[in-house]
Amino acid sequence: MRVIVIGAGQVGTNIAASLASTHDVIVIDIDEDRTEQLAYELDVLTLTGDGTDIDVLREADIGEVDMVIASTDTDAVNLVACGTAKTAGDPFTIARVKSHRYLRAWEDAEDAYGVDFMACSDLRTAENIVQVIGLPAAVDVDPFAGGLVQMAEFEIPSDSPIANQVVSEADQFDSLTFAAIFREDHFELPQGNTHIQAGDSVVVIGSPESVQGFAPSVVPTQTPDRADELVVVGGSKIGYHTARLLEERNLQPKLIEQDTTRARELAEALPNTLVMEHDATDVEFLAHEHIDDADAVIAALDSDEKNLLLSLLAKRIGVDRIIAVVDTGEYVDLFEEIGIDVAINPRLVMAEEITRFTRESVAENITVLEEDLAEVLELELSENSPLVDRPIRELVGDLPDSTVIGAITRDHTFITPRGDTTLKPGDHVVVFVETEFADDITAMA
Amino acid sequence: MTVRIRVAWRVSLGLTGTVLSYLAVPLVFPLAVAIYYGEPVEPFLVAIAATLVLAVGMNAVSADGDLGVREAFLAVSLIWLLVAIIGAIPFLVAGTGTTAHLVNALFESMSGITTTGATVMVDFDAHPRSIMMWRQVIQWLGGLGILILATAILSEVGVGGAQLMESETWTATVSKLTPRIAETARILLGLYTAITALAVVALYGLHRLGVAPNMTLYNAVAHALTSVATAGFSPEPASAGAFSPIAQWILVACMLVGATSFILIYFVLTEENPRRFLHNEEFRFYLGAIALAAGLVAAAVTFDPSINLEVEETVRHAVFNTVSLVTTTGYASTDFDVWSPAAKHVLFACMFLGGMVGSTTCSIKTLRWLVVLKAFSRELFTTIHPAAVRPIRVSGSPVDEETVRDIYGFVLLSLVLAFGLTVFIVVDAARVGLRVSEFEAMGAAASTFLNIGPAFGRAGPYGTYHTFPTTTKTAMIVLMWVGRIEIIPVLTLFTRAFWRS
Repeated sequence: MRVIVIGAGQVGTNIAASLASTHDVIVIDIDEDRTEQLAYELDVLTLTGDGTDIDVLREADIGEVDMVIASTDTDAVNLVACGTAKTAGDPFTIARVKSHRYLRAWEDAEDAYGVDFMACSDLRTAENIVQVIGLPAAVDVDPFAGGLVQMAEFEIPSDSPIANQVVSEADQFDSLTFAAIFREDHFELPQGNTHIQAGDSVVVIGSPESVQGFAPSVVPTQTPDRADELVVVGGSKIGYHTARLLEERNLQPKLIEQDTTRARELAEALPNTLVMEHDATDVEFLAHEHIDDADAVIAALDSDEKNLLLSLLAKRIGVDRIIAVVDTGEYVDLFEEIGIDVAINPRLVMAEEITRFTRESVAENITVLEEDLAEVLELELSENSPLVDRPIRELVGDLPDSTVIGAITRDHTFITPRGDTTLKPGDHVVVFVETEFADDITAMA
Repeated sequence: MTVRIRVAWRVSLGLTGTVLSYLAVPLVFPLAVAIYYGEPVEPFLVAIAATLVLAVGMNAVSADGDLGVREAFLAVSLIWLLVAIIGAIPFLVAGTGTTAHLVNALFESMSGITTTGATVMVDFDAHPRSIMMWRQVIQWLGGLGILILATAILSEVGVGGAQLMESETWTATVSKLTPRIAETARILLGLYTAITALAVVALYGLHRLGVAPNMTLYNAVAHALTSVATAGFSPEPASAGAFSPIAQWILVACMLVGATSFILIYFVLTEENPRRFLHNEEFRFYLGAIALAAGLVAAAVTFDPSINLEVEETVRHAVFNTVSLVTTTGYASTDFDVWSPAAKHVLFACMFLGGMVGSTTCSIKTLRWLVVLKAFSRELFTTIHPAAVRPIRVSGSPVDEETVRDIYGFVLLSLVLAFGLTVFIVVDAARVGLRVSEFEAMGAAASTFLNIGPAFGRAGPYGTYHTFPTTTKTAMIVLMWVGRIEIIPVLTLFTRAFWRS
């Protein structure tokens, strides 16, 4: 596939890097230094110029291009770039936007701006945070098949009731599949007699109810309710969306923002959030407002350093769960190493969101697990897929190694995969697969 | 040295002149009544002539230009003052009873145009029926005037929180003040006239059904005019007490509608969505406050050993007089001045409440109280959480802090002016050797400044303001004028900055 990436900032570079090995990538950026550097670092074609300029796009042979990804830092530029690309060819266009207002407008009229898919990184990141909060102990949660299926990754603490159990003991739910157990830097596909150990990460796929039901057996605390103290620190867009989504779930979070004007804006936009205007790294303030009793603190300040400092402070005063937004991908590990429960990188979230479209357009949805060791994919089966019309037990030999069928939806109903379940064309299948074989399984759909 | 005046006063005069020329039209109505009853027609002919001459004169010096905030304030102040003066002419020319006196005639006329309803008349039978009808008409005009003023002008320039009223798509097609006034006036005139006509039909209908013997066509029209306007004049000496219970209940409904935001009524009618009433927080607060006050009054009357009333009577009189004072109408279904101090003090407190912003009511109004109460409760909250940022919300929409300060200022100014007038009344009465108690003075001050009408003691529902000294009555005339047009426009006229900077 020929792909044009417009904008060689961090997101654009990340996307180009992840696509470079399997696709023909052309990167356009207005800054000559950037393009030169990129040409040197990555196996991509580079072009210096304005991505909204029709002549520049023609130079990149827009007529022959399959996909345009506009990922500059300016929303308007991304939208215009997609619009311009559509006039000169018929690529699949993806625009990265920061403002969710564009997203709302686009959702109302799907061909607006000439954009085929719009990815709002701040909103997506906030959704991610809220999903993680919704399942205490989960480090990653993603919905599939329009919400009928949920994938969750749980870290097993040493005091978890299921530590030292075997999988058949832990799995008390009909519509739940244990897809994988990550242990140190590898994973294994669980059998009934596989032991779950403290420190493992368990990936489960199933109906949202079963995943919610399973969560307390990992850590026996309730999912958040109105009585829970959820504190969002930082009124960034991510902070705002997080509080807003929590409000939508009838929760009443607190939000701490230092800037007077921004605090007022947020307080007006968030009727059920208690907005406080203060420096969140002031320990006295945190004690006065009883932040140490919080069930979760979300660090969404505008720099990684501040988030790190705040996370450490929150951990020290005894906050149960800390979720930090980390802008620099390299720091994610660092954050999690020093004991921050979940570190979320918006750029990775964005890359996940955008990368799913490069999977030959069959994979509907994708989640990357454990630094791209494995993926969870949603596939829609075609008429001539080799997987259809045979019971799953017969398919096992044909499937690539390290593949687990986690869940199936047919006509918007959930089906638990069993040995004698027969797949049909049109089924949505959520599979866990080692990243190496992701393209193989996609080819079979 | 020439001093440059920064107000385009000629523009204000132009608008004032236009309004004065329109005033000739409603003057035709009492003229027709006079002809019908064979009473003198001179009072109205003189008034019509006067208003037309004044209008022509003003149009002669007027100039075209944009109506800004200052020009609007000047015009509004002039309009209310001049209409009151023209309105006094029929009383003076008729020369009957106490209103033959200049200050009394002005008092009656100002009380009319400001929809106050305080009267200096002593013997109602001394006046021709056409003059009594003129009192009703001028109050109806006052109600219409305040509707247009509040919704088209004050909400635009943001006086004391008037900008808060529901006005999203309200006359959204016009952007400048002058066409907005015209568009708003057209819609409001239609709505206001329709509601008044409905009230006439309901009241006269009762009479035709034989359940309201005193509610003749004359009385039906007279009371429809002053109930929807929440104004309170009645040609009957016993006010609403002259009518049967069922007619009184209809009047309660008319007063409640008149004190409801006309913009809200307009939206409910155009969207055909009655739920909009419930969604409006001010509306709920307004009804809740009335229910609470009426309950308290009913309890006070029930437990008063000197009053023996049937349950229906207790409820009716409590509801009627509470609604009458909260909506700043000023009718009375009975002489509440004989009630216990408990009941009277609740009624006194009701005077400060007022109806909804955007209605025909006066006083402080429920929206402002709602904001003040919310600001108080926020104050308590931020004592515990000093860092909390809590916008005040009305019906879910945040109110900006400047508006909250405006409202605080307005409420404080209202209370201070009412208190100031109280002191003046007591002192002025003492000067001429008249004994006026503090409560009597407080009631009369609040009742005139907040444009309600009756108070307690000599100014009670069946009493008269005639016995106050002329100086007191003059002060009341001025404060009725100031209070009716929401204080700020008149007061700014007396600042240097208004004219110069």
